[in-house]
Amino acid sequence: MDSTRKEWLLNALIAVALFVVPLWALMANEPFIITLATRIAILAIAAVGLNIALGLGGMVSFGHALYLGLGGYVAGIAAHHAFNGTPIFAGIPGTNQMLIIWAIAMVLSGALAAVVGALSLRTSGIFFIMITLAFAQMGFFFTLSWPAYGGEDGLPIFVRNQFPGMNTARPWDLFLIAYGVLIFSLAVFALLRAARFGAALMAIRQNPDRAAAIGISPFGIKLVGFILSGMITGLAGAMMADLTRFVSPAMMAWTMSGELIVIIILGGVGRLFGPVVGAALLVGFEVFFGGLTEHWKLWLGLVLLGVVLFARGGLIGLIAGRAQHG
Amino acid sequence: MSLALVLEQLLNGVQFGLMLFLMSAGLTLVFGVMGLINLAHGSLYMIGAFLCAAVAGATGNFWLGLVGGLTAAAAAGAVIEMAVIRRLYARDHLDQVLATFALILILSEAMRLIFGPFPLYLNVPSALRGTVNLGIVDYSLYRLALIGFGVAVALGLWALIAKTRLGIRIRAGESDREMIAALGVNIRALYTIVFALGAALAGLAGALVGAIQSVQVGMGEPVLILAFVVIVIGGIGSVKGAMVGALLVGVIDTMGRFLLPRFFASFLDTAQATGIGAALASMLIYLLMALVLIFRPKGLFSAHG
Repeated sequence: MDSTRKEWLLNALIAVALFVVPLWALMANEPFIITLATRIAILAIAAVGLNIALGLGGMVSFGHALYLGLGGYVAGIAAHHAFNGTPIFAGIPGTNQMLIIWAIAMVLSGALAAVVGALSLRTSGIFFIMITLAFAQMGFFFTLSWPAYGGEDGLPIFVRNQFPGMNTARPWDLFLIAYGVLIFSLAVFALLRAARFGAALMAIRQNPDRAAAIGISPFGIKLVGFILSGMITGLAGAMMADLTRFVSPAMMAWTMSGELIVIIILGGVGRLFGPVVGAALLVGFEVFFGGLTEHWKLWLGLVLLGVVLFARGGLIGLIAGRAQHG
Repeated sequence: MSLALVLEQLLNGVQFGLMLFLMSAGLTLVFGVMGLINLAHGSLYMIGAFLCAAVAGATGNFWLGLVGGLTAAAAAGAVIEMAVIRRLYARDHLDQVLATFALILILSEAMRLIFGPFPLYLNVPSALRGTVNLGIVDYSLYRLALIGFGVAVALGLWALIAKTRLGIRIRAGESDREMIAALGVNIRALYTIVFALGAALAGLAGALVGAIQSVQVGMGEPVLILAFVVIVIGGIGSVKGAMVGALLVGVIDTMGRFLLPRFFASFLDTAQATGIGAALASMLIYLLMALVLIFRPKGLFSAHG
């Protein structure tokens, strides 16, 4: 069996497993496991977003927590005003409708990614890594010292936002929503990768000069990729805030940006299901080793070091073989 | 707002900048010579501070602690270079970021395992306690000593790079790695020495700053990110750029936090002014970095053209 078919089979297995395990937990009345699966799904959506920039475009953004946090604050602020019945500003009311919040989160994240991307993409390599980090730090310190929405204490969401036809207070309903959005975002990723746009983005990653020589302008394509990437991560942020019913500057911390990269690397860079596997591994690791020892991050560090030094394709790469494209 | 207060804040900014320089110098040398982005540089700062506090606590002597912290950081740097970093020189930046991110997790938890979860405290040495009169302001003697220390180390580093054989090799390594290896310089040993030198400077900064802050796990990361800002502003690989960038960041950050809330207070009510001022002040250096990168994408003093 060639490695492409092997990867598709593996992907199908992962998608089914992520659905069946919480379904079993629903039957067995284990809401904690359903919530874990929801967390995996939402982290995976965030990483799918980053995977567009990092995996397809080769843009090592070390600041994607910025969009995650922005999405989180959109959800938190909208819910805060809906709960209090106060306008956000100039008479605009808050809302507790997830669909509206998601749309706003994606628009704002996209706009922010457009600004950050337009400035950062003037540089490349190590400078790109650091300037994206710096922009995320700017957001982190801004939320930390801006007192209106809780500052460093964060902002609680007292009542989870609503989704038409669902009872979001129930873990299973929330999981279904997150799972649906994950499948949707994976489909977007797969379509992008198969489209002319994805081909252009990957061509630029592999050789920007050659891409330019055949008439592809690197800057515009990369910027669009970066914006789409930020939008999906922002969407995940809004959902994450609703899952934990809390948003704080920690969502924008640089360690969060690092974790998103780690998720992609653990799963396999540029792989469709890499983010799902990576998120499951990270959350699973935290729950399993976190229960055994409070020093689980030591072991996470050692595993990560091992993966970087010796297993570069991530878990999907180990099982399904190397990717055919560079 | 008196002149004395402004002068005090200005000196604080210079002192902060010089400590940032100690951090940034190692980071920028490692990038300049080996082409490596090292996130774990903040962990070496932390190791310096912890070992200084532990040795000073056990012996009651700050200066022994300082030597201990510096030595431990240099030794840790050499070991880490030989065990891990060496395998990363030929890899892309993504792998370097991840592997050194993993090192942060490992080293932070290792410190927590060895020294426990609570912060350690390091006292200012008795000879440097109290204040000194600088004409219009009484300034902390220890902070003044830090400024002197920072200047001395910067001069020493300049002499090392400009005047010694090791310095010639470091500069040669920055301009052409393959060539100096071909000329018979033991490049592996040179890399280890440069990394350990950078680690020693970071450890020294950690130990010195440890006496005016609490020594705790995670203390290295905020400084690390500031050091990145410094070397991006100054130009990666340039020690002179690191000095200019560090002073700019140190002074602008300190003065921003001091002046901006007062500026907004002149036309807003106090609570609002404090909030907006503090929020803007904490973003100021990142704005500076963005501006520098827009107008000089390679930094102010780029080592590589």
